[in-house]
Amino acid sequence: MTPLACYLLVAALMFSIGLAGALTRRNAILVLIGIELMLNAANLNLIAFWRYGPHPEKLTGMIFAIFSIAVAAAEAAVGLGLVIQIHRHAHTTDIDAMDRMKG
Amino acid sequence: MSFIFYVLTALTVAGALAAVLLKNTVHCALALSVAFTGMALLFLNLDAQFAGFAQFMVYVGAVAILVVFAILLTKGSETPTGGVFSRTWLMGLVIAAGVFAVLGWAVMGSMKALPQLTAVPQVTVLQIGNALVGRYVLPLEIVAVLLTAAMIGAVIVALHERSEVAKEGQK
Repeated sequence: MTPLACYLLVAALMFSIGLAGALTRRNAILVLIGIELMLNAANLNLIAFWRYGPHPEKLTGMIFAIFSIAVAAAEAAVGLGLVIQIHRHAHTTDIDAMDRMKG
Repeated sequence: MSFIFYVLTALTVAGALAAVLLKNTVHCALALSVAFTGMALLFLNLDAQFAGFAQFMVYVGAVAILVVFAILLTKGSETPTGGVFSRTWLMGLVIAAGVFAVLGWAVMGSMKALPQLTAVPQVTVLQIGNALVGRYVLPLEIVAVLLTAAMIGAVIVALHERSEVAKEGQK
């Protein structure tokens, strides 16, 4: 196996773990943790393709990963703010209990 | 692949699994910071020093602390009575396993088409800085606006509403 394929497999595994966490946990904060893990896996893909791609001196993948990290930080701040506000209204962070809009 | 790669992969995957599977939410946050650290070390192993240190500062330094704050503010460390996993956990697990199978199949299938270059790219922080204020200056400005908007938005969303505070005062 080439090094790039190894990194891509690790990224796929991390993405799946994050997805499993986001889909199976009941606590909204744990769902956000799963989403962060998925974003991290995507960044690992970008960096691996930058490192083993034909034009690493153009820095495209690296810069993409840096911007992705910045956007993920913004997403985490807003998401956790939303979780805190939901907890204030509904006194729970259990997403199975948040079914007020269910038909 | 080198020995270091396997050690870092084991650390990262173990941290991610613990973050997803542990019962106590605070333990999950600590395991999450382990996974983030492993990911930053993987970036360093890929000769992406700048991205590795950015990952370390942003995720281990900021996001993990934010998660711990959110857990403590929402009393999320108490284990709920109905278990920590959702009612539809089996469906979620099947979907995640299916996604991993498809991704793994795609990587294995395209193995021959993947580039095999191993020359270490010589990238200095000076070059990254020049690229950020040269070719990528517009995305940089947009990210600056986005971060400002997200900061203000997070403060407004998490702020106590004034009427709510007044009501609590009357009680």
